[in-house]
Amino acid sequence: MAGIQESRRKPSGIRNTSRLADAGIIAAMSLAGLLCLLPIVNVLALSFSSSAAAAAGRVKLWPVDFSLESYKYALTKPQFLRSFAISVKRVGLGLAVNMACTVLAAYPLSKSSRELTGRGVYAWFFFFTMIFSGGLIPWYTVVKQTGIMNTLWGVILPGAVPAYHVIILLNFFRQLPRELGEAAVMDGAGEFYMMVRLYLPLSVPSLATLALFTAVGHWNSWFDGLVLMTSPDNYPLQTYLRNLIVVKNLQTMQTATQAELREMARISDRTLRASQIFIAALPVLALYPYLQKYFMKGLVMGSVKG
Amino acid sequence: MTSVQTIKKRKHVRFRRQIPLHLMLAPCVALVLVYAYYPMIGVVIAFQRYNPRLGFFGSKWMGLENFRYLMNLPNTPSVIFNTVFISFMKIAAGLAVPIVYAVLLDLIHHSGLKRAIQTLLYIPYFMSWVILGGILLDLLSPSTGLLAELWRLFGAEPIFFLANPRLFPYVLVVTDIWKTAGYGTIIYLASITAIDPSLYEAAIVDGANRMKQVWHITLPGMAPIIVLMMTLSLGNVLNAGFEQVVTLYSPIVYSTGDIIDTFVYRIGLINNQFGVATAAGLFKSLISFVFIAMGYSLAYRFADYTVF
Repeated sequence: MAGIQESRRKPSGIRNTSRLADAGIIAAMSLAGLLCLLPIVNVLALSFSSSAAAAAGRVKLWPVDFSLESYKYALTKPQFLRSFAISVKRVGLGLAVNMACTVLAAYPLSKSSRELTGRGVYAWFFFFTMIFSGGLIPWYTVVKQTGIMNTLWGVILPGAVPAYHVIILLNFFRQLPRELGEAAVMDGAGEFYMMVRLYLPLSVPSLATLALFTAVGHWNSWFDGLVLMTSPDNYPLQTYLRNLIVVKNLQTMQTATQAELREMARISDRTLRASQIFIAALPVLALYPYLQKYFMKGLVMGSVKG
Repeated sequence: MTSVQTIKKRKHVRFRRQIPLHLMLAPCVALVLVYAYYPMIGVVIAFQRYNPRLGFFGSKWMGLENFRYLMNLPNTPSVIFNTVFISFMKIAAGLAVPIVYAVLLDLIHHSGLKRAIQTLLYIPYFMSWVILGGILLDLLSPSTGLLAELWRLFGAEPIFFLANPRLFPYVLVVTDIWKTAGYGTIIYLASITAIDPSLYEAAIVDGANRMKQVWHITLPGMAPIIVLMMTLSLGNVLNAGFEQVVTLYSPIVYSTGDIIDTFVYRIGLINNQFGVATAAGLFKSLISFVFIAMGYSLAYRFADYTVF
């Protein structure tokens, strides 16, 4: 980001605009920015407040009657911890599978059709999945038929080859100097060796960007967990959280038992909900500086060549 | 050695060199075949009374019965209308707001401040709809929410945005912009960076004010990217935002908030009417396919855009 900005700066020596307009623009954009931050601050404040203060609507942007109760509850709740662990596992496994597939598909596809017979067919084969899909039910049915329902593989294998990421990476590979590969061929290096030893080390920023997006994607994803995990014990964190948040949903109310309803009333407590929302958001917020550092360069570069 | 032999040998060598490339592609091809192409064959469910035990080809065929059933459902027209209405508003706002943001951000000369604002604007993009939904449910609650508090401050009666059918589609659009607009500026900011600075120098010498610079230099400089984003957004005509809607809606707002995707989900995976749900999904996939293909071909024609 910094690089882009420093590479060009408009002449700002001559002022031919009013300071009032400047202030207006800054005020408007600051407001837009704050609107993105304040709701999160509100949740954070709620999570550190006493549940009485939260229920009375007294909490705004700063904790009222500071309390760690909600965190104590969340961090000792077996289902929360189990879901958290499942999500961590999912990110690890998903990251490995997605990145391996992305690299293994992007490298051959970055070759010309002279170097890879059938390159056009392969490219269309992957690209077509971006413009047409069988839809929710056939997807669900196929996952079920392949016997990976209710397992971690169920939420990883169906999306193992992210076509969009493959395109970004293959476009990046194509920008690398061709002489590099040619010299290695002369030395008798195999394709796999060239990919691992030459291409991957030169693509670290691109790979880091894709890895960050993949990790955030797996962490954030919840719908596949909801429909593919038949047992709530296997829910990833965001799926667990989703059920917690939509407790007001009639459907849940109608099918819940008395004991479940009591538990729901308890966890639907604002502060408890807020602390769990915040814990789920925390890993992404922690990665955020890195995300910001990489995504501008990596993604803009690969996705639009215009 | 004759030349024919040389060519043959070279071809052979070339093919041998290729084997590792094909092997690399093999696992990906297999996974995509099973989880992307096999489900495309699975759309035959739309023409069947699907029985999971009998599979895609053993189930009883019933022609267009599922489609006929769908067309006679009383809420089908409203589901289609909601989908198109919400996605059109999202497409329009999703194009306009990031462009405005990018132009305004570019006008902020204090680079530290500019970067700080950008940092804030991107945050919601990286949060899931579950987290944002949880935050919004709280924020918009008429009894205890922060927004209701603000409303009362001005002496107005708080509105329950998420339970108001008239307002619900607009809540979807506004919150979607809230999540994505900041991130959407990146591509426009990058295109502004590519504008030749000497154009601005010349304009300043000619006495053009900031407004005129934006109008005659910045926006024309962004035009190719704007055209590209417009054509590519065509593919979203039926994408009203499944994860967002399914997190925020409730039966009270089905009349204006139910979209094709949520309808398919409820009919298919909650009510287990696989055939009908697949038919509705196929309807969406086919129309989307036409629009996405159109978007790409227009992008190719007007913005020289190629995917690979």
